[in-house]
Parts: sequence; structure tokens; C-alpha cells
Amino acid sequence: MNVEPLLLSLKVAGIATFMVFIIGVISARIISRKLFPGKSILESILLLPLVLPPTVIGFGLLYLFGKNGWIGQWLMDWFGFQVIFSWTGAVIASAVVSFPLMYQSASAAFQNYDQNLENAALTMGASKLKVFFTISLPLAWPGLLAGLVMAFARSLGEFGATLMIAGYIPGETDTIPLAIYFAVESGRMEEALLWVVVILCLGFSAVLWLNTWSRRKINFVRNHKKS
Amino acid sequence: MMILLILCSCASPSDSNETNIRIAAAASLKDVMEELTPRFEEQYHIEIETIYGGSGKLARQIEQGAPVDVFLSADLRWIELLKEQDLVDKDTYIEFATNQIVLIGDESKNRLDTIQELELTESEQLAVGNPESVPAGTYTKQTLERIQLWGKLEDQMVFGSDVRQVLAYVESGQVDYGFVYASDAMISDQVATLTQVDPTLHDSIIYPGIVLSKSRTKDQGKKFLTFLTSDHATEIYKAYGFNPMRGGKIEK
Repeated sequence: MNVEPLLLSLKVAGIATFMVFIIGVISARIISRKLFPGKSILESILLLPLVLPPTVIGFGLLYLFGKNGWIGQWLMDWFGFQVIFSWTGAVIASAVVSFPLMYQSASAAFQNYDQNLENAALTMGASKLKVFFTISLPLAWPGLLAGLVMAFARSLGEFGATLMIAGYIPGETDTIPLAIYFAVESGRMEEALLWVVVILCLGFSAVLWLNTWSRRKINFVRNHKKS
Repeated sequence: MMILLILCSCASPSDSNETNIRIAAAASLKDVMEELTPRFEEQYHIEIETIYGGSGKLARQIEQGAPVDVFLSADLRWIELLKEQDLVDKDTYIEFATNQIVLIGDESKNRLDTIQELELTESEQLAVGNPESVPAGTYTKQTLERIQLWGKLEDQMVFGSDVRQVLAYVESGQVDYGFVYASDAMISDQVATLTQVDPTLHDSIIYPGIVLSKSRTKDQGKKFLTFLTSDHATEIYKAYGFNPMRGGKIEK
């Protein structure tokens, strides 16, 4: 049995989620609490991948990162680095598709606690960076973690945009969803079934964990308020 | 809810319309079929609906019960698979055209005398139909294995889910080279044929057609297959880069 699709899926989803986490947390912290003209338009753009068909995202990425696309050409000329039809293409597709989930959770998380805690620290002379790491981040952590898990699960399941930008290269871009599609196409039903079970287990444990964990958190908060 | 049920029950009988046939055809036949079917429809007053895809994928869909009347494959192997399961009406079997594999690339690429000369730089990639379900890919794999190039080039290959996808990859410039049929290269003015593959290096490329045993419009299906072997159709194959096969029906 070839376990490559599993390892590749974990690698692609892992790197994509890491990128999405950093960018999502920073952008959510900057944007979510400020009021400025065009805010809702900007947020709508950031959340757009959530409602667009993955093929539209794939088309857009192909346009940007293709051999004749402007980012793709620039990367090739300056770094000799190719995104299309490689596993980095799969990472980018997963990251774009899962970004809204991270952004949404992070955005909610940063609005969910009393901001005076931060202001208090600032008036006592703590630097902005210190406040972010010692106060904002720990307070927002439950929401951020939920976003992280959702983004990871969504990355694992990404198919449409990935197929368009990364293509099907066995051993390089055949993540579990692609392996399932091509196994069915080639009539290898048992192999497809096996991967279906694997992805079901991964997805189910992510959702189950999120569910039980958030319930525990709610109970924790309730008990705290009582005492 | 009731309205939905009624709507559904009304919709289904139209599927078995007597003068309609549904054809599953190899992706490489797309353009020639689009030329042939209107002529057939006009002549016989039978409406045709065609689904295109990799022959292997179509055969699997038929295996799973896809409602298709006629299957046109780019590889004998997939018809054999259906024959083994008695899903096809063996008496209706015809072979109607042949084709050739060619190497395509951008206009700027060097023409090659033989396929053995193919060499890729480290950053170049080669598009091939998925050998497990796309006949053009199967023939390409046979060829490259025979001349011991498959292993060497495998890491630089991108697999397409049908031959037209391979063509599209090369046309858009995303992939440098691709193996497609001569007929595919002919309909595209954005790619150049770099060399033809020696047909002795792979199984012969024959397009067979057959009526499925579950079809409720077998007579119409047979009429279409007969039409495919007519002189009229033969002229059209040539214009689209296929080689017609005379004789049609072959004893099996």
C-alpha cells in the first residue's frame, strides 16, 4: 500500500495551515477592531474564497501563478521557482481556500474579550508587541485554535483548485482527494474506499474535537461566572 | 414535497424517448463527432447526446450503470472489459478509425527526427494522459517504456484525465511538451507537432464502437455505428486527422 498521499496531504495541509494561521491572525487583529471606510468591502474580499467554487479559485491562481501569469513569471525569472504543477501549488490552493475560516474565527476571537485589559497594559507602559503576545494572543487563543483546526481540515479536503493548479503528479501532488478521484477513474475502487475512510476519520476527529472542546470551554466559563 | 414528487415522476419517462441515443465517446473524438452527429441527425431524424471523457473513465461509468446506448473507445482494452461482463452487444462491434501518437510543444521548440531524441531540461515538464484510464497515455507509456525513457522522464510528468486536457496544458503554455493524437495536434493552431511516434512501438491505435446490451434504442445505435463506417463519415475522419478503417465489422 502506498502511503504517500497521506504523508503528502499532511505536509501540504500542515504548511498551508501554518501560513494561514500567521497571516490570518495578523490581518484579523489589524482589521477586525478598526473602523475605516471600505472595511466591509475588504472583509468581503478576504472571505470570498468561502463562497466561490474552488474552480474559480483555481482559475484565478492559474492566472496569477501560471507560467505566463505575472507572479508565476516573476518567480521563475528571479528564483527559478515554479508553483504550477508542483506541490507548492497545492499548498497555495489549500491556503487560499482555508484562509476565510481562519480569518473569521480570529476576527471573532479578537472582539470577544474586554479590550480594556489591553488598554490597561498599554497605560502601564508595556510595548504593543508585548501586549499582543502576553494579553491579546492568550485571550483570543480558544477562537484561534478553533480556526486552526477548521483551516487544517479544509486544507486536507481541498480538491478543485488543487487539481487545476497542481495537476496530477503521482508522488508530488497526489493528495488524498486527488488520489481518490484518480483511483475511481482508474477503477481501483478498494484503494479509493480506503482513502475515503482515512479522510472520513480525519475530518470526523477534527469536528468531534472542536465540538467537545468548545462545550467544555462553555462549561468552564459558566462555572467561572457562578463562583 | 408532493409537488417535487410529481415533478420527478413527470421528468423520468422522457428519458426513454424512442428517437434519442446517448453516446459515450473518447475525448479525442470530440471535434470529429461534433461534425458527424448533426449530419446523422439530419439524415435519420435520431437525436444524439454525447458525453466525452477518457475511455477508461467512461468504461468505468458504464460498468457502474451509466445510461448510455453506444460506447466509442480509443482503446480495444476498455471494450474487452465490458465484453467480459456482458455489458455490450458483441454483434454490433465495429472498428472505424485509427490514429497516431505525436509529441507536441510550443512553436519555438526544436523538431525531432525520432522520439528517442526527446530530452527535457530540469525545469521542463511533459504532459501525458493518465496511463490507467486514458488510452493516449497508455500508448505513450508503452512507447516510452520500450525505448527506456519512461523511468527517466517520470518525475517530470503531469498526468491529464483525458487527452484533451493534455492538449490544453501544452496550448496554454503551462507544460512544455505533451503526447497527444495526431488528430488533436491538427485541430490546434497553438501547438506544433515536434515528431511522430513510430507506431510499431505501441499497440495499434484503433477506435472501436459498440452498442450496450442494456440500451433500449439498439436499432438507432446500430444505425449510428453503420453510419460511422460509411464513405460519408470516412471523408470526415480524414479531414480531422484520423485514418479511416475500411470493412467495419470484424469477426471476434
